[in-house]
Amino acid sequence: MIAGRPKRGALLPGRLAAITDSRLGSLAVYVVRRVLWMIPVVFFVIVITFVLAHSAAGSPWDKAGGRQLSDVVIRNLNEKYGLNKPVFEQFVLYVWNVLHFDFGLSYQYQGKSVVQLIAEGWPYTATIGVLAFCLIVPIGVGLGVLAALRQNTRIDYATMGFATMAASFPNFVVGALMVVFFSVLFYKWSGGYFFLPAGGWGVDDHLIMPAVTLALLPIAYTARLTRASTLEVIRQDYVRTAWAKGLPERLVVIRHILKNSLIPVVTTLGPTFAFLVTGSVIVETVFSIPGIGRAFVLAVTSRDYPMILGTTVLFSLVIAFANLVVDILYVFIDPRVRLS
Amino acid sequence: MAQTLLQVEDLHTQFFTSRGVVHAVDGVSFHVDAGETLGVVGESGCGKTMTALSILRLIPDPGRITSGRILFRGREVTKMTDEEIRDFRGNDVAMIFQDPMTSLNPVTRIGRQIEEAMTAHERFTAQVARPRVIELLKRVRVPAAESRVKDYPHQFSGGMRQRAMIAMGLSNEPDLLIADEPTTALDVTVQAQIIQLMKQLNRELNTAMMLITHNMALVASLCQRIVVMYAGRIVEEGPVEQIFRSPQHPYTWSLLRSVPRVDEARKDRLVSIKGLPPDLISPPSGCKFHPRCPFVIDRCKTDPEPELEEVASGQVARCWVLMRNVKDESVEAAKQSALSHEAAEKLKQDAAAAETGGSASA
Amino acid sequence: MAVATVDQAARDWEVPEEQVGLWQDAWIRFRRNRLAVAGLALVLFLIVVALTSPLLVKLGILIDPFKQQVFDIQVGPGVRGHLMGTDLLGRDTLSRLMIGSEVSLTVGLLVQGIIFPIGLTIGLAAGYFGGRVDNLLMRFTDIWYAFPDLLFVLVVVSVWRLSGPWYVQLIPIFGAIALVNWVGLARLVRGQVLAIKEKEYIEAARSSGSPPLKLILKHLLPNSLGPIIVTLTFGIPQAIFLEAVLSFLGVGIQPPQPTWGQMVYDGYEQIYPNPTAVVFPAVAIGFTLLAFTFIGDGLRDALDPRMRR
Repeated sequence: MIAGRPKRGALLPGRLAAITDSRLGSLAVYVVRRVLWMIPVVFFVIVITFVLAHSAAGSPWDKAGGRQLSDVVIRNLNEKYGLNKPVFEQFVLYVWNVLHFDFGLSYQYQGKSVVQLIAEGWPYTATIGVLAFCLIVPIGVGLGVLAALRQNTRIDYATMGFATMAASFPNFVVGALMVVFFSVLFYKWSGGYFFLPAGGWGVDDHLIMPAVTLALLPIAYTARLTRASTLEVIRQDYVRTAWAKGLPERLVVIRHILKNSLIPVVTTLGPTFAFLVTGSVIVETVFSIPGIGRAFVLAVTSRDYPMILGTTVLFSLVIAFANLVVDILYVFIDPRVRLS
Repeated sequence: MAQTLLQVEDLHTQFFTSRGVVHAVDGVSFHVDAGETLGVVGESGCGKTMTALSILRLIPDPGRITSGRILFRGREVTKMTDEEIRDFRGNDVAMIFQDPMTSLNPVTRIGRQIEEAMTAHERFTAQVARPRVIELLKRVRVPAAESRVKDYPHQFSGGMRQRAMIAMGLSNEPDLLIADEPTTALDVTVQAQIIQLMKQLNRELNTAMMLITHNMALVASLCQRIVVMYAGRIVEEGPVEQIFRSPQHPYTWSLLRSVPRVDEARKDRLVSIKGLPPDLISPPSGCKFHPRCPFVIDRCKTDPEPELEEVASGQVARCWVLMRNVKDESVEAAKQSALSHEAAEKLKQDAAAAETGGSASA
Repeated sequence: MAVATVDQAARDWEVPEEQVGLWQDAWIRFRRNRLAVAGLALVLFLIVVALTSPLLVKLGILIDPFKQQVFDIQVGPGVRGHLMGTDLLGRDTLSRLMIGSEVSLTVGLLVQGIIFPIGLTIGLAAGYFGGRVDNLLMRFTDIWYAFPDLLFVLVVVSVWRLSGPWYVQLIPIFGAIALVNWVGLARLVRGQVLAIKEKEYIEAARSSGSPPLKLILKHLLPNSLGPIIVTLTFGIPQAIFLEAVLSFLGVGIQPPQPTWGQMVYDGYEQIYPNPTAVVFPAVAIGFTLLAFTFIGDGLRDALDPRMRR
């Protein structure tokens, strides 16, 4: 064993110690532990949402102002959705079904299962999400690095001014303003010749505004974080060492500044995913995109509890998974991380 | 007469802060000969590090060299183009920094960091540089160098990191190596090892060295010549033995007094220099050391600072008083003890006698 | 622009100043930050608007925001006395905007009053008891973080909905927003308590048998008030944002009470004839949030220099 390297697994029995001794082995142990930690997280999300949904006053069938159903119909509906059973039994049944990827039947769209509805919305949400993600990383990081390297210049002020605005304006406001500008005013000015579609799903230009709207807030956060962390790294002793070696500027920036300053940026890609998920709820409503986010909002307004529960669980799974991936990525990019 | 390698003339480096202009380096002139080891001493904040960084043109914002000449082998460093200064750094003059814990890139392997110091300049190709990294690490006595080139800095101890820094500094066989407090951040035992190593390398490679430190013991064991800086200016300069034997500037004297020495009588107490280094934005009038000087006279406060004046062969000092003119018992005693080993021994015995006598009577 | 003044302020206050009180000192630093002062001015203006506009309507100075004027449907700004035009039902946008400001401000400011005791208590408990209690609470906050804010708030308001005047409808929204926002404050307080517990005087108090809770509280508040205020200030725009989104999605305050989020939605439904019906409320939301963010930045720089960078 090399001196100075922390000894790992000293208390474990021989075979296990052999596994945890290698970096890859300890990574495996780490991943397993992280995956196991996801279980209570998702479980609690289910519990919280389930308890919330079942604490609602009245039953899902008495919609305010809607049609009045007869007692027989309500009884049949309760029978069909298992609502006549004790709450605890319903919960156990629900968890059991979730484990089999069965989220139940939608109240709102009779005859359709939640899984079916999510599967229908998934492609739209994923497309916009991926597109936004492809905008966030290069633009956010690029702006942040540029602002840091040109600190206290006009480029810096303009970039950070933009980032502050983008971080403060909610995305439905940004989306609405973009529609006013690019769809309505452009349409009027160009006599209907050039404009961006305000909603729906079709050719590629339908994707531009939703993706940009969705990406704007994460771009602002990424740019601010990148700038702060790059400024921090520029002042480090090892960057001075790099200059003193006589490295060309390009190599100092890439190998010594960015390689360090982007580490905290990578760790925020997990929360970025959460941004995209919650953002999709708003953006899909603004631009009338039939994705999961919009389905969730419709479920909320019509109290479609199986759908609400299903999407919430799915979203929290996605976020937990994204965080897991980021944490594993972190182990690879920062050699100082100890897996304990 | 050895060839002059580096010649610094009337160097001024200033920092333009919102509080005012900081005169970090204020008219410094000195030279380094090929192969020699020059010690630059002074308290922290006296401009030692800024002088060194000026030579490599690595002054951080908002600082800048405002005037003066830095000649390296006759080339004017302050007038070099960006590409020239880049190739100059690490190749002609290399620098080792104070804190090895923070001076290495934490996310790049040690071997690669040393390697790129070589490949940045024309002299070595990657094929040559790679095996040379191991060779260099062996030379600075890093054990198991073959496997440790793949380690990251956090896997190295402080002493090993400083060895790696030294290896990096030496990788291009520079003519001058600037070591800025190379041992300050290390344990005492590790310090001794590093000093030993630097001594040995200096002998083997004949690289000139500029050692920046506040550690007089380090200067005594490594340097031939010494420059004493105070408040951005040189106050005394000369050969090491001579300055140690008869320092002429009260600041140098105080610095030497503040070092505990094993071979010395303890009758005269260790002197700590009272007060703090001056504010370099609004320095005191006259001699900048006068508020802290034990031998201050009126002239020091009012007259402009004196020029560096030759006080002995090869030794210059900037003082109205000069230590040789100070008639004071403690100074005399100190001078005595510094002068001869026998006198010191005698004083030690006297002191011991006085102590036992004192305790007996008590 | 933005960053320029902030950085300038930061550099300026490194100058040693006369020893003035901490708060006075903070106020001086805050005042140097032009954006923060502008933000504060805008917020104060909005508060005045929110307080006076019902009176102005009563006095007849402001057009009744509920009155539907059939001949003035969806007119643009400046037409027949409607400075900002009218909406789909012919209601005056300016007066609806002014009346609507009370909802946003109430949510933003009052929710912090709910978050403060919750965060303080839980953070104190975690830090004070330590060990298993702390572990449990921190695990719980981990899980809470996994739950996206907006989704949680949406679920809560879809379940608990109250009818009545707008301030009654606000109660479940308050609850939901407070439930997602206490975590940050709790973590902050916990960290501060743990730091204070390390101090010798707490050890001394414990060994002499006096209950340290009182001592911790005594030291916690003066030391942590700055960061707590900053955290709460940054919570304001977040709360306003959540309420606006709820209104926009149609699950917030129900009509006829105007809210900004709902006005954006209404205008958005009929965007082609009169886009200004969207622009005014959208800009109002954006700048209100921006103003609070600037105040938060200013307070952070003024109250807690350590939090900078």
